[in-house]
Amino acid sequence: MTYLITQTLNGLFSAALLFLIASGLTLAFGVMRIVNIAHGSFYMLGVYVAYSVVLRTGSLLLGALAAIVVVGSLGFVMQRFFLRRFGSDPLAQMMMTMGFALLFRDGALMIWGGDAFTLQYPPGLSGSMEAGEVVFPLYRLFVIFVAGLVGVALWLVNEKTLIGARLRATVDDPEMASATGINVALLSGLVFAAGAGLAAFGGVMGGPILGGYAGIDFDLLPLAFVVVIVGGMGSLKGAVAGSVVVGMIDNFGKALVPELSYFTLFAPMVLVLAIRPRGLYGRA
Amino acid sequence: MAEPDAALGGPRPPSNTESMSPRGWRLAIVLVLGLVFSAGPLLFSSYWVGLLTQMVILAILAMSLDILLGYTGLPSLGHAAFFGVAAYAVGVLATVHGAGFWTCVAGGLLVGTLLSAVLGLIVSHVRDVYFLMITLALGMVLWGLSFRWIPVTGGDNGISDIPTLAAHSGLPFAGPLALYYVTLLVFIACAGVMALIVKSPFGLTLRGIRENEGRMKSLGFNTWLHCYLSYVIAGAFASVAGVAWAYYNGFVSPTYLDLTASSELFLMVTLGGPATLVGPVLGATAIVLLKNVMSAYTARWLLVLGIVYIVTILVAPKGVWNLGPSGRSR
Repeated sequence: MTYLITQTLNGLFSAALLFLIASGLTLAFGVMRIVNIAHGSFYMLGVYVAYSVVLRTGSLLLGALAAIVVVGSLGFVMQRFFLRRFGSDPLAQMMMTMGFALLFRDGALMIWGGDAFTLQYPPGLSGSMEAGEVVFPLYRLFVIFVAGLVGVALWLVNEKTLIGARLRATVDDPEMASATGINVALLSGLVFAAGAGLAAFGGVMGGPILGGYAGIDFDLLPLAFVVVIVGGMGSLKGAVAGSVVVGMIDNFGKALVPELSYFTLFAPMVLVLAIRPRGLYGRA
Repeated sequence: MAEPDAALGGPRPPSNTESMSPRGWRLAIVLVLGLVFSAGPLLFSSYWVGLLTQMVILAILAMSLDILLGYTGLPSLGHAAFFGVAAYAVGVLATVHGAGFWTCVAGGLLVGTLLSAVLGLIVSHVRDVYFLMITLALGMVLWGLSFRWIPVTGGDNGISDIPTLAAHSGLPFAGPLALYYVTLLVFIACAGVMALIVKSPFGLTLRGIRENEGRMKSLGFNTWLHCYLSYVIAGAFASVAGVAWAYYNGFVSPTYLDLTASSELFLMVTLGGPATLVGPVLGATAIVLLKNVMSAYTARWLLVLGIVYIVTILVAPKGVWNLGPSGRSR
């Protein structure tokens, strides 16, 4: 029983990280139909930028802010100058992001070297919490809490603000949206930048546990993709559901049959695709 | 996209001289490729013969992806998986089970093709970017399996000591030169069959589905079945390449299945020219050449590859085959 609770909490921690990565991916897909291979790279760059800032200033908060700003701007520039021109060609966009993914990976290797590292824990969160038999690290609970906050904030922006209304209109019908005076190009750029920033923030959040290493970008990317496939592309609700499903299955899979980790993701994907090809919350 | 629409006739007066240029460009490409691949090995050192062997095997693989990506319009980002799984099958059969040559060849082809037949059931009803994402995820699932299923695959170390073609088959094909020409024969056979498939009514239906699936459906074609078969055919030829690679290289590791491998294939097809079959050969040749030449000068091969992606999409989005002096104006 204790084991079950601990593993469930671990699964929720994975789900929280996955949600931070996949929400940006799914939003960018909803608005631009873009399959962003470089999305895992945003996560990776987030950890690395935060690491550099923490080394110099000692402040994890500054590191997180720097990661979000730097990677977010990088995403904006990438969208503005390299992706926007291929507005209606998802394959060209995908190839473009693939090129950037390789540039980012090799660039990160050049700048930061290949040594793995972890970020420090935020002050006061390095301990663990005991509830009866269950011992659970505080930091993981903190990440679950923060991801929940981010989810609520995204939901509020999407449902209750003008920019959210514009966003939903663009997801439904970009042409009509632009005919009503919505600046779809700018909106796309902002969504892409926000997604990049979110992934970078995910990198900082995961930093004390997963750390940063060469190859983490392509390790996480397929997980994020499975989240989006299972949840439904373009749906925020789907990203929540998909993150929980994938986080749980991946975590229990790794704990129970370590040699088949990754392969355990096959089952939910196939099931969802067989029953609902567009994902749990995807629209036809 | 596949061919210049000269057959359509109609008034195209100014393009008469222009249409010669891409043709001359293509003729030059075919001549150079033909010459290098047929006679080149006789002149080159064994290092270059090895590179040519790589090019020929990867050309089979890139052509098989072209059937899916170029002709059917299904962008697969997990295609390297069939290549890798077939190579693994040869490796496991030959080293762990001590199977004979023909068992290994048949086993590799069978495992790769069966895998595509099973995965095809899952992916054949999705299209476009959905297809892209799902094949990517499936490809990575298989990569994960090769990486973590250590008892069978050897994990990160892969499987080494796959016997050479000559030693294993008992046929007199010792040395890189003989291996190259055997591979070339396999390539010619595969290319011939693929060209026939593409030109057949089946291949034309695939193109029809790529252009307008709804219309093909209303004409009475079973588009699901066509997409499925296209996927399985592509998987089968990828397995051929995988088996050939296992014997060429004598070693299999998870990197043959990963996302970088699959997207490199994607790049080969796009760089050369999708839906042409010759384009992918050109793309495979160019990438293998670039990779080996560049890695002699710099350790930053991935950086170069990333730039190649970006430049390809910016400069020759329809591939080098469709470039030519006036090719871009079309």
